[in-house]
Amino acid sequence: MKANQVIIGAGISGCSIAYHLAKKGMKNIVVVDKSYLTSGATGRCGAGIRQQWGTEANCILAKKSIEFFETAKEELEYEGDIEFKQEGYLILATDKPELDRFSKNVKLQNSLGIPAKLLSVEESLKIVPYLNTSAFVGATFCQTDGHLNPFKMTEAFYLAAKRLGVQFFFFEEVKEIIVENNKITKVITDKHEIDTSVVVNAAGGFAKEIGDMVGIDIPVFSENHEILVTEPIEKIQGPMLMSFTQNFYCQQVPHGSFLMGRSTPNQVHSHDISSSWSFLDEMAKTICHIAPKIGELRVIRQWGGSYNVSPDKQPIIAEAENLKGFYIACGFSGHGFMFSPMTGEIISNMILNRKNEISPDLFKLNRFSEKELNAVEQSVV
Amino acid sequence: MRDDKIIICRCEDVTLADVKRCLEEGYTNFEDLKRQLRVGMGPCQGQTCSALIQREIAKFTHKAMKDVPIQKTRPLIIGVELRAIKDGAIDES
Ligand SMILES: Cc1cc2nc3c(=O)[nH]c(=O)nc-3n(C[C@H](O)[C@H](O)[C@H](O)COP(=O)(O)OP(=O)(O)OC[C@H]3O[C@@H](n4cnc5c(N)ncnc54)[C@H](O)[C@@H]3O)c2cc1C
Repeated sequence: MKANQVIIGAGISGCSIAYHLAKKGMKNIVVVDKSYLTSGATGRCGAGIRQQWGTEANCILAKKSIEFFETAKEELEYEGDIEFKQEGYLILATDKPELDRFSKNVKLQNSLGIPAKLLSVEESLKIVPYLNTSAFVGATFCQTDGHLNPFKMTEAFYLAAKRLGVQFFFFEEVKEIIVENNKITKVITDKHEIDTSVVVNAAGGFAKEIGDMVGIDIPVFSENHEILVTEPIEKIQGPMLMSFTQNFYCQQVPHGSFLMGRSTPNQVHSHDISSSWSFLDEMAKTICHIAPKIGELRVIRQWGGSYNVSPDKQPIIAEAENLKGFYIACGFSGHGFMFSPMTGEIISNMILNRKNEISPDLFKLNRFSEKELNAVEQSVV
Repeated sequence: MRDDKIIICRCEDVTLADVKRCLEEGYTNFEDLKRQLRVGMGPCQGQTCSALIQREIAKFTHKAMKDVPIQKTRPLIIGVELRAIKDGAIDES
Protein backbone atom coordinates (compact mmCIF):
# COMPACT_ATOMS: atom_id res chain seq x y z
CA MET A 1 0.00 0.00 0.00
CA LYS A 2 0.91 3.66 -0.40
CA ALA A 3 0.54 6.71 1.85
CA ASN A 4 1.49 10.36 1.57
CA GLN A 5 2.41 10.47 5.24
CA VAL A 6 2.85 7.77 7.84
CA ILE A 7 2.46 8.97 11.42
CA ILE A 8 3.91 6.64 14.05
CA GLY A 9 1.96 6.85 17.31
CA ALA A 10 -1.72 7.47 18.07
CA GLY A 11 -1.23 9.45 21.25
CA ILE A 12 -2.43 13.03 21.52
CA SER A 13 0.50 14.22 19.36
CA GLY A 14 -0.04 11.78 16.48
CA CYS A 15 -3.81 12.34 16.51
CA SER A 16 -3.43 16.13 16.50
CA ILE A 17 -0.88 16.02 13.69
CA ALA A 18 -3.14 13.73 11.64
CA TYR A 19 -6.11 16.03 12.16
CA HIS A 20 -4.22 19.22 11.30
CA LEU A 21 -2.73 17.69 8.14
CA ALA A 22 -6.10 16.36 6.96
CA LYS A 23 -7.84 19.64 7.74
CA LYS A 24 -5.32 21.44 5.55
CA GLY A 25 -6.29 19.19 2.66
CA MET A 26 -3.75 16.36 2.78
CA LYS A 27 -5.08 13.02 1.58
CA ASN A 28 -4.03 9.43 2.20
CA ILE A 29 -2.61 9.79 5.69
CA VAL A 30 -1.94 6.66 7.75
CA VAL A 31 -1.48 6.54 11.54
CA VAL A 32 0.09 3.36 12.96
CA ASP A 33 0.08 2.45 16.65
CA LYS A 34 1.41 -0.71 18.21
CA SER A 35 -1.37 -0.74 20.81
CA TYR A 36 -4.75 0.91 21.48
CA LEU A 37 -5.72 4.61 21.28
CA THR A 38 -4.00 6.57 24.12
CA SER A 39 -2.00 3.52 25.27
CA GLY A 40 1.17 5.60 25.69
CA ALA A 41 1.79 8.56 28.00
CA THR A 42 -1.41 10.25 26.80
CA GLY A 43 -3.72 7.77 28.54
CA ARG A 44 -1.64 7.89 31.72
CA CYS A 45 -1.15 11.61 32.13
CA GLY A 46 -2.46 14.22 34.54
CA ALA A 47 -3.86 16.19 31.58
CA GLY A 48 -3.29 19.54 33.21
CA ILE A 49 -3.04 22.57 30.95
CA ARG A 50 -1.02 25.56 32.06
CA GLN A 51 0.57 28.69 30.64
CA GLN A 52 2.68 29.53 33.68
CA TRP A 53 6.07 28.66 32.25
CA GLY A 54 9.56 30.02 32.69
CA THR A 55 10.65 30.10 29.05
CA GLU A 56 9.15 32.08 26.21
CA ALA A 57 8.85 29.04 23.94
CA ASN A 58 6.79 27.04 26.43
CA CYS A 59 4.59 30.06 27.27
CA ILE A 60 3.72 30.63 23.63
CA LEU A 61 3.07 26.95 22.89
CA ALA A 62 0.78 26.69 25.91
CA LYS A 63 -1.12 29.92 25.29
CA LYS A 64 -1.91 29.13 21.66
CA SER A 65 -2.86 25.57 22.60
CA ILE A 66 -5.31 26.81 25.23
CA GLU A 67 -6.90 29.05 22.63
CA PHE A 68 -7.45 25.89 20.59
CA PHE A 69 -8.89 23.90 23.51
CA GLU A 70 -11.38 26.69 24.23
CA THR A 71 -13.18 26.00 20.95
CA ALA A 72 -12.04 22.40 20.38
CA LYS A 73 -15.45 20.83 20.88
CA GLU A 74 -16.93 22.92 18.05
CA GLU A 75 -13.87 22.89 15.81
CA LEU A 76 -13.60 19.10 16.02
CA GLU A 77 -17.40 18.63 15.95
CA TYR A 78 -17.09 16.29 18.92
CA GLU A 79 -20.33 14.91 20.30
CA GLY A 80 -18.86 13.87 23.64
CA ASP A 81 -17.58 16.09 26.43
CA ILE A 82 -13.86 16.92 26.55
CA GLU A 83 -14.44 18.04 30.18
CA PHE A 84 -12.41 21.22 29.76
CA LYS A 85 -12.33 23.15 33.02
CA GLN A 86 -10.56 26.47 33.29
CA GLU A 87 -10.20 26.94 37.01
CA GLY A 88 -6.54 27.75 36.98
CA TYR A 89 -3.27 26.44 38.35
CA LEU A 90 -2.21 27.57 41.81
CA ILE A 91 1.57 27.17 41.94
CA LEU A 92 3.00 27.39 45.45
CA ALA A 93 6.37 28.98 46.25
CA THR A 94 7.99 27.39 49.27
CA ASP A 95 10.72 29.95 49.92
CA LYS A 96 11.74 33.49 49.06
CA PRO A 97 14.15 32.64 46.21
CA GLU A 98 11.42 30.59 44.54
CA LEU A 99 8.94 33.42 44.96
CA ASP A 100 11.47 35.81 43.36
CA ARG A 101 11.86 33.45 40.41
CA PHE A 102 8.08 33.27 40.10
CA SER A 103 7.79 37.03 39.99
CA LYS A 104 10.19 37.05 37.01
CA ASN A 105 8.13 34.30 35.37
CA VAL A 106 4.91 36.29 35.89
CA LYS A 107 6.49 39.32 34.18
CA LEU A 108 7.45 37.16 31.21
CA GLN A 109 3.98 35.56 31.15
CA ASN A 110 2.20 38.93 31.34
CA SER A 111 4.37 40.33 28.56
CA LEU A 112 3.08 37.49 26.35
CA GLY A 113 -0.55 38.18 27.27
CA ILE A 114 -0.89 35.39 29.85
CA PRO A 115 -3.07 36.62 32.77
CA ALA A 116 -1.00 35.12 35.62
CA LYS A 117 -0.59 36.95 38.93
CA LEU A 118 1.34 36.72 42.18
CA LEU A 119 -0.70 35.92 45.28
CA SER A 120 -0.01 36.19 48.99
CA VAL A 121 -0.68 33.26 51.33
CA GLU A 122 -4.02 34.85 52.37
CA GLU A 123 -5.10 35.36 48.76
CA SER A 124 -4.19 31.74 47.98
CA LEU A 125 -6.42 30.54 50.81
CA LYS A 126 -9.39 32.26 49.16
CA ILE A 127 -8.89 29.89 46.24
CA VAL A 128 -7.94 26.71 48.15
CA PRO A 129 -8.93 27.18 51.81
CA TYR A 130 -7.41 23.99 53.23
CA LEU A 131 -3.75 24.69 52.45
CA ASN A 132 -1.22 24.41 55.26
CA THR A 133 -0.09 28.03 55.66
CA SER A 134 3.30 27.03 57.00
CA ALA A 135 4.03 25.03 53.85
CA PHE A 136 4.38 27.98 51.44
CA VAL A 137 5.21 31.70 51.31
CA GLY A 138 3.20 32.81 48.29
CA ALA A 139 1.89 31.57 44.96
CA THR A 140 1.07 32.38 41.38
CA PHE A 141 -2.31 31.83 39.80
CA CYS A 142 -3.61 31.89 36.25
CA GLN A 143 -7.35 31.48 35.85
CA THR A 144 -7.32 30.33 32.23
CA ASP A 145 -5.11 27.31 32.98
CA GLY A 146 -6.98 24.08 33.59
CA HIS A 147 -7.63 20.46 32.85
CA LEU A 148 -9.12 18.16 30.19
CA ASN A 149 -10.13 14.52 29.96
CA PRO A 150 -7.19 13.01 28.05
CA PHE A 151 -9.17 10.09 26.62
CA LYS A 152 -11.94 12.31 25.34
CA MET A 153 -9.64 14.99 23.97
CA THR A 154 -7.62 12.41 22.05
CA GLU A 155 -10.79 10.77 20.82
CA ALA A 156 -12.01 14.16 19.58
CA PHE A 157 -8.88 14.54 17.41
CA TYR A 158 -9.07 10.89 16.36
CA LEU A 159 -12.72 10.97 15.25
CA ALA A 160 -12.27 14.30 13.43
CA ALA A 161 -9.20 12.93 11.62
CA LYS A 162 -11.09 9.77 10.69
CA ARG A 163 -13.97 11.78 9.29
CA LEU A 164 -11.45 13.63 7.11
CA GLY A 165 -10.25 10.31 5.71
CA VAL A 166 -7.23 9.50 7.88
CA GLN A 167 -6.68 5.74 8.29
CA PHE A 168 -5.71 4.36 11.69
CA PHE A 169 -4.05 0.98 12.20
CA PHE A 170 -4.04 -0.15 15.84
CA PHE A 171 -2.15 -3.09 17.34
CA GLU A 172 0.34 -2.77 14.50
CA GLU A 173 4.01 -2.06 15.22
CA VAL A 174 6.48 -0.19 13.02
CA LYS A 175 9.51 -2.45 12.72
CA GLU A 176 11.64 -0.80 10.08
CA ILE A 177 11.92 2.35 7.98
CA ILE A 178 13.69 1.99 4.65
CA VAL A 179 15.92 4.87 3.52
CA GLU A 180 17.51 4.85 0.06
CA ASN A 181 19.87 7.58 -1.16
CA ASN A 182 19.01 9.62 1.89
CA LYS A 183 15.28 9.47 1.12
CA ILE A 184 12.60 7.60 3.01
CA THR A 185 10.92 5.05 0.75
CA LYS A 186 9.02 2.63 2.96
CA VAL A 187 7.65 1.91 6.42
CA ILE A 188 7.50 -1.75 7.37
CA THR A 189 5.14 -2.88 10.13
CA ASP A 190 4.31 -6.34 11.39
CA LYS A 191 1.25 -6.29 9.12
CA HIS A 192 1.93 -3.98 6.14
CA GLU A 193 4.58 -2.50 3.90
CA ILE A 194 3.68 1.11 3.26
CA ASP A 195 5.36 3.08 0.46
CA THR A 196 5.86 6.66 1.60
CA SER A 197 8.39 9.48 1.53
CA VAL A 198 7.21 11.22 4.70
CA VAL A 199 7.29 9.77 8.22
CA VAL A 200 6.24 11.57 11.41
CA ASN A 201 7.79 10.19 14.56
CA ALA A 202 5.20 10.76 17.30
CA ALA A 203 6.13 7.61 19.19
CA GLY A 204 6.35 9.24 22.64
CA GLY A 205 8.55 7.18 24.95
CA PHE A 206 9.83 5.20 21.97
CA ALA A 207 10.75 8.17 19.76
CA LYS A 208 14.46 7.53 20.21
CA GLU A 209 14.09 3.96 18.94
CA ILE A 210 12.20 5.22 15.88
CA GLY A 211 15.05 7.70 15.24
CA ASP A 212 17.52 4.81 15.45
CA MET A 213 15.61 3.07 12.64
CA VAL A 214 16.76 5.81 10.24
CA GLY A 215 20.14 6.44 11.85
CA ILE A 216 19.14 9.74 13.47
CA ASP A 217 20.24 10.22 17.04
CA ILE A 218 17.48 11.98 19.00
CA PRO A 219 18.87 13.14 22.37
CA VAL A 220 15.90 12.15 24.52
CA PHE A 221 15.35 9.54 27.21
CA SER A 222 12.31 7.99 28.86
CA GLU A 223 11.66 7.74 32.56
CA ASN A 224 8.81 6.48 34.68
CA HIS A 225 6.56 9.03 36.39
CA GLU A 226 4.01 7.72 38.82
CA ILE A 227 0.55 9.02 39.64
CA LEU A 228 -2.44 7.98 41.73
CA VAL A 229 -6.18 8.54 41.92
CA THR A 230 -8.50 8.75 44.94
CA GLU A 231 -12.15 7.96 45.47
CA PRO A 232 -14.49 10.64 44.08
CA ILE A 233 -16.00 13.22 46.46
CA GLU A 234 -18.10 16.36 46.02
CA LYS A 235 -16.25 19.26 44.44
CA ILE A 236 -13.90 21.01 46.87
CA GLN A 237 -11.01 22.12 44.65
CA GLY A 238 -11.09 24.27 41.52
CA PRO A 239 -7.49 24.67 40.39
CA MET A 240 -4.55 22.34 39.93
CA LEU A 241 -2.28 22.70 42.94
CA MET A 242 1.42 22.33 42.33
CA SER A 243 4.88 23.02 43.64
CA PHE A 244 8.22 22.47 41.94
CA THR A 245 10.29 22.48 45.13
CA GLN A 246 7.82 20.28 47.02
CA ASN A 247 7.67 18.14 43.90
CA PHE A 248 3.96 17.45 43.40
CA TYR A 249 0.81 18.28 41.48
CA CYS A 250 -2.75 17.58 42.61
CA GLN A 251 -6.02 18.14 40.80
CA GLN A 252 -9.67 17.30 41.43
CA VAL A 253 -11.17 16.20 38.13
CA PRO A 254 -14.85 16.79 37.23
CA HIS A 255 -15.62 13.15 38.03
CA GLY A 256 -14.78 14.01 41.66
CA SER A 257 -11.60 12.03 42.21
CA PHE A 258 -8.23 13.60 42.93
CA LEU A 259 -5.26 12.89 40.68
CA MET A 260 -1.81 13.48 42.11
CA GLY A 261 1.73 12.78 41.05
CA ARG A 262 5.35 13.60 41.69
CA SER A 263 8.64 12.77 40.02
CA THR A 264 11.01 10.23 41.49
CA PRO A 265 14.44 11.75 42.14
CA ASN A 266 17.29 10.06 40.22
CA GLN A 267 14.86 7.94 38.26
CA VAL A 268 16.63 5.49 35.94
CA HIS A 269 16.22 6.05 32.22
CA SER A 270 14.12 3.17 30.92
CA HIS A 271 10.75 2.13 29.56
CA ASP A 272 9.63 0.87 32.95
CA ILE A 273 6.12 2.10 33.87
CA SER A 274 5.45 0.01 36.95
CA SER A 275 4.07 1.18 40.32
CA SER A 276 6.12 1.43 43.50
CA TRP A 277 5.26 1.57 47.19
CA SER A 278 7.90 4.25 47.69
CA PHE A 279 5.98 6.59 45.38
CA LEU A 280 2.85 5.99 47.43
CA ASP A 281 4.72 6.77 50.66
CA GLU A 282 6.32 9.96 49.36
CA MET A 283 3.14 11.18 47.67
CA ALA A 284 1.13 10.61 50.86
CA LYS A 285 3.70 12.46 52.98
CA THR A 286 3.82 15.42 50.60
CA ILE A 287 0.09 15.90 50.20
CA CYS A 288 -0.60 15.45 53.94
CA HIS A 289 1.92 18.23 54.58
CA ILE A 290 0.55 20.66 51.97
CA ALA A 291 -3.17 19.96 52.33
CA PRO A 292 -3.94 17.69 55.32
CA LYS A 293 -7.63 17.53 54.43
CA ILE A 294 -6.84 15.67 51.21
CA GLY A 295 -5.11 13.08 53.38
CA GLU A 296 -8.58 11.89 54.44
CA LEU A 297 -9.24 10.52 50.96
CA ARG A 298 -8.70 6.89 50.03
CA VAL A 299 -6.33 5.99 47.23
CA ILE A 300 -8.02 3.70 44.74
CA ARG A 301 -5.34 3.05 42.17
CA GLN A 302 -1.83 3.99 41.12
CA TRP A 303 0.02 3.62 37.83
CA GLY A 304 2.99 4.95 35.89
CA GLY A 305 3.78 6.43 32.49
CA SER A 306 6.76 7.61 30.49
CA TYR A 307 8.06 11.14 30.40
CA ASN A 308 10.12 11.56 27.23
CA VAL A 309 12.72 14.11 28.28
CA SER A 310 14.95 16.43 26.21
CA PRO A 311 18.12 18.17 27.45
CA ASP A 312 16.41 21.58 27.83
CA LYS A 313 13.02 20.16 28.93
CA GLN A 314 11.38 21.60 25.84
CA PRO A 315 10.01 19.57 22.94
CA ILE A 316 11.62 18.67 19.65
CA ILE A 317 9.12 19.57 16.93
CA ALA A 318 11.13 19.49 13.75
CA GLU A 319 12.12 18.01 10.42
CA ALA A 320 15.44 16.19 10.83
CA GLU A 321 18.19 18.37 9.35
CA ASN A 322 19.93 15.31 7.87
CA LEU A 323 16.95 13.44 6.50
CA LYS A 324 14.28 15.34 4.61
CA GLY A 325 10.82 13.91 5.12
CA PHE A 326 11.55 12.65 8.64
CA TYR A 327 9.55 14.73 11.11
CA ILE A 328 9.87 14.47 14.88
CA ALA A 329 7.49 15.43 17.70
CA CYS A 330 8.87 14.19 21.00
CA GLY A 331 10.86 15.18 24.09
CA PHE A 332 7.85 16.90 25.66
CA SER A 333 9.41 16.33 29.07
CA GLY A 334 6.06 15.71 30.75
CA HIS A 335 4.00 18.41 29.01
CA GLY A 336 3.06 17.11 25.60
CA PHE A 337 -0.61 16.83 26.32
CA MET A 338 -1.14 20.55 26.80
CA PHE A 339 1.00 21.47 23.76
CA SER A 340 -0.67 19.03 21.38
CA PRO A 341 -2.74 21.52 19.34
CA MET A 342 0.42 23.48 18.53
CA THR A 343 2.37 20.29 17.84
CA GLY A 344 -0.18 19.44 15.16
CA GLU A 345 -0.23 22.97 13.80
CA ILE A 346 3.57 23.29 13.57
CA ILE A 347 4.31 19.87 12.07
CA SER A 348 1.50 20.15 9.51
CA ASN A 349 2.75 23.57 8.40
CA MET A 350 6.28 22.19 8.07
CA ILE A 351 5.10 19.29 5.92
CA LEU A 352 3.06 21.62 3.72
CA ASN A 353 5.89 24.16 3.49
CA ARG A 354 3.77 26.82 5.15
CA LYS A 355 5.19 29.42 7.47
CA ASN A 356 4.78 28.94 11.21
CA GLU A 357 3.94 31.93 13.39
CA ILE A 358 6.37 30.72 16.04
CA SER A 359 10.05 30.34 15.11
CA PRO A 360 10.85 26.69 14.34
CA ASP A 361 14.41 27.26 15.57
CA LEU A 362 13.19 27.00 19.15
CA PHE A 363 12.24 23.37 18.62
CA LYS A 364 14.78 22.13 16.10
CA LEU A 365 16.66 18.87 16.55
CA ASN A 366 20.22 20.14 16.29
CA ARG A 367 19.83 22.95 18.84
CA PHE A 368 21.56 20.80 21.46
CA SER A 369 24.76 20.49 19.47
CA GLU A 370 25.09 24.26 19.14
CA LYS A 371 27.00 26.43 21.55
CA GLU A 372 24.04 28.55 22.44
CA LEU A 373 21.52 26.28 24.06
CA ASN A 374 17.95 27.41 24.71
CA ALA A 375 17.18 28.53 28.22
CA VAL A 376 16.42 25.40 30.24
CA GLU A 377 12.87 25.21 31.59
CA GLN A 378 12.98 25.18 35.42
CA SER A 379 9.25 25.12 36.06
CA VAL A 380 8.73 21.38 35.92
CA VAL A 381 7.59 18.56 38.19
CA MET B 1 -35.00 -6.85 30.64
CA ARG B 2 -33.90 -3.79 28.68
CA ASP B 3 -30.17 -3.31 28.12
CA ASP B 4 -30.30 0.19 29.57
CA LYS B 5 -31.69 -1.23 32.82
CA ILE B 6 -28.92 -3.77 33.26
CA ILE B 7 -26.02 -2.41 35.30
CA ILE B 8 -22.67 -3.87 34.27
CA CYS B 9 -20.40 -1.65 36.38
CA ARG B 10 -21.75 -0.70 39.79
CA CYS B 11 -18.95 1.72 40.65
CA GLU B 12 -19.60 3.95 37.67
CA ASP B 13 -23.23 3.10 36.81
CA VAL B 14 -22.48 1.73 33.36
CA THR B 15 -25.24 -0.24 31.63
CA LEU B 16 -25.16 -3.06 29.14
CA ALA B 17 -26.53 -0.61 26.58
CA ASP B 18 -23.49 1.65 27.12
CA VAL B 19 -21.14 -1.27 26.57
CA LYS B 20 -22.95 -2.39 23.42
CA ARG B 21 -22.93 1.13 21.99
CA CYS B 22 -19.15 1.37 22.43
CA LEU B 23 -18.64 -2.04 20.84
CA GLU B 24 -20.68 -0.85 17.85
CA GLU B 25 -18.50 2.27 17.67
CA GLY B 26 -15.47 0.06 17.20
CA TYR B 27 -14.06 -0.02 20.73
CA THR B 28 -13.71 -3.77 21.00
CA ASN B 29 -10.98 -4.26 23.59
CA PHE B 30 -11.20 -3.82 27.34
CA GLU B 31 -8.64 -1.00 27.52
CA ASP B 32 -10.65 1.11 25.05
CA LEU B 33 -13.93 0.44 26.88
CA LYS B 34 -12.25 1.38 30.16
CA ARG B 35 -11.22 4.75 28.78
CA GLN B 36 -14.61 5.40 27.19
CA LEU B 37 -16.82 4.27 30.06
CA ARG B 38 -14.60 4.20 33.19
CA VAL B 39 -15.33 0.48 33.64
CA GLY B 40 -12.60 -1.02 35.81
CA MET B 41 -11.61 2.42 37.13
CA GLY B 42 -13.85 2.51 40.19
CA PRO B 43 -13.15 1.38 43.76
CA CYS B 44 -13.66 -2.32 42.95
CA GLN B 45 -11.17 -2.07 40.07
CA GLY B 46 -13.20 -4.25 37.75
CA GLN B 47 -13.82 -7.13 40.09
CA THR B 48 -17.53 -7.02 39.28
CA CYS B 49 -17.58 -5.93 35.67
CA SER B 50 -14.55 -7.43 34.03
CA ALA B 51 -15.90 -10.94 33.44
CA LEU B 52 -19.25 -9.51 32.27
CA ILE B 53 -17.54 -7.21 29.81
CA GLN B 54 -15.16 -9.90 28.69
CA ARG B 55 -18.20 -11.97 27.76
CA GLU B 56 -19.76 -9.12 25.78
CA ILE B 57 -16.50 -8.53 23.89
CA ALA B 58 -16.18 -12.26 23.19
CA LYS B 59 -19.73 -12.40 21.82
CA PHE B 60 -19.25 -9.28 19.70
CA THR B 61 -15.89 -10.27 18.24
CA HIS B 62 -16.71 -14.00 17.95
CA LYS B 63 -13.77 -14.99 20.10
CA ALA B 64 -13.44 -17.40 22.98
CA MET B 65 -13.54 -15.69 26.38
CA LYS B 66 -10.04 -16.91 27.15
CA ASP B 67 -8.77 -14.99 24.11
CA VAL B 68 -10.18 -11.66 25.32
CA PRO B 69 -7.71 -9.84 27.59
CA ILE B 70 -9.15 -7.84 30.50
CA GLN B 71 -7.81 -4.68 32.12
CA LYS B 72 -4.46 -4.50 33.87
CA THR B 73 -4.67 -5.14 37.60
CA ARG B 74 -3.19 -2.23 39.52
CA PRO B 75 -2.43 -1.56 43.15
CA LEU B 76 -4.09 -0.93 45.64
CA ILE B 77 -6.28 -3.95 46.33
CA ILE B 78 -8.61 -1.88 48.52
CA GLY B 79 -8.85 1.86 49.12
CA VAL B 80 -6.49 3.19 51.79
CA GLU B 81 -6.48 6.71 53.23
CA LEU B 82 -3.51 8.84 52.24
CA ARG B 83 -2.90 9.80 55.89
CA ALA B 84 -2.80 6.14 56.86
CA ILE B 85 -0.18 5.55 54.20
CA LYS B 86 1.77 8.54 55.49
CA ASP B 87 1.61 7.28 59.06
CA GLY B 88 2.75 3.85 58.00
CA ALA B 89 5.47 5.08 55.68
CA ILE B 90 9.00 4.02 56.41
CA ASP B 91 11.10 7.07 57.19
CA GLU B 92 14.08 6.92 54.92
CA SER B 93 15.62 10.23 55.90
C1 LIG C 1 2.22 10.59 35.06
C2 LIG C 1 2.22 11.58 33.95
C3 LIG C 1 1.60 12.82 34.11
C4 LIG C 1 1.60 13.76 33.09
N1 LIG C 1 0.92 14.94 33.26
C5 LIG C 1 0.83 15.81 32.23
C6 LIG C 1 0.07 17.01 32.36
O1 LIG C 1 -0.51 17.27 33.41
N2 LIG C 1 0.00 17.85 31.29
C7 LIG C 1 0.64 17.57 30.11
O2 LIG C 1 0.55 18.36 29.19
N3 LIG C 1 1.36 16.45 29.96
C8 LIG C 1 1.47 15.56 30.98
N4 LIG C 1 2.22 14.43 30.83
C9 LIG C 1 2.96 14.23 29.59
C10 LIG C 1 2.07 13.76 28.45
O3 LIG C 1 1.40 12.59 28.85
C11 LIG C 1 2.91 13.44 27.21
O4 LIG C 1 3.82 14.47 26.93
C12 LIG C 1 2.00 13.29 25.99
O5 LIG C 1 0.90 12.45 26.28
C13 LIG C 1 2.79 12.72 24.84
O6 LIG C 1 1.91 12.35 23.80
P1 LIG C 1 2.48 11.63 22.54
O7 LIG C 1 1.33 11.42 21.63
O8 LIG C 1 3.63 12.41 22.02
O9 LIG C 1 3.09 10.25 23.09
P2 LIG C 1 2.32 8.94 23.61
O10 LIG C 1 1.01 9.24 24.19
O11 LIG C 1 3.30 8.20 24.44
O12 LIG C 1 2.03 8.13 22.28
C14 LIG C 1 3.03 7.46 21.56
C15 LIG C 1 2.40 6.28 20.87
O13 LIG C 1 3.36 5.69 19.99
C16 LIG C 1 3.13 4.32 19.95
N5 LIG C 1 4.36 3.66 19.47
C17 LIG C 1 5.59 3.66 20.04
N6 LIG C 1 6.45 2.94 19.31
C18 LIG C 1 5.75 2.47 18.24
C19 LIG C 1 6.09 1.65 17.12
N7 LIG C 1 7.32 1.15 16.94
N8 LIG C 1 5.12 1.36 16.22
C20 LIG C 1 3.85 1.84 16.39
N9 LIG C 1 3.49 2.61 17.42
C21 LIG C 1 4.42 2.93 18.33
C22 LIG C 1 2.75 3.95 21.37
O14 LIG C 1 1.99 2.76 21.41
C23 LIG C 1 1.95 5.18 21.82
O15 LIG C 1 0.54 5.00 21.70
C24 LIG C 1 2.25 13.48 31.85
C25 LIG C 1 2.87 12.23 31.68
C26 LIG C 1 2.86 11.29 32.70
C27 LIG C 1 3.53 9.96 32.48
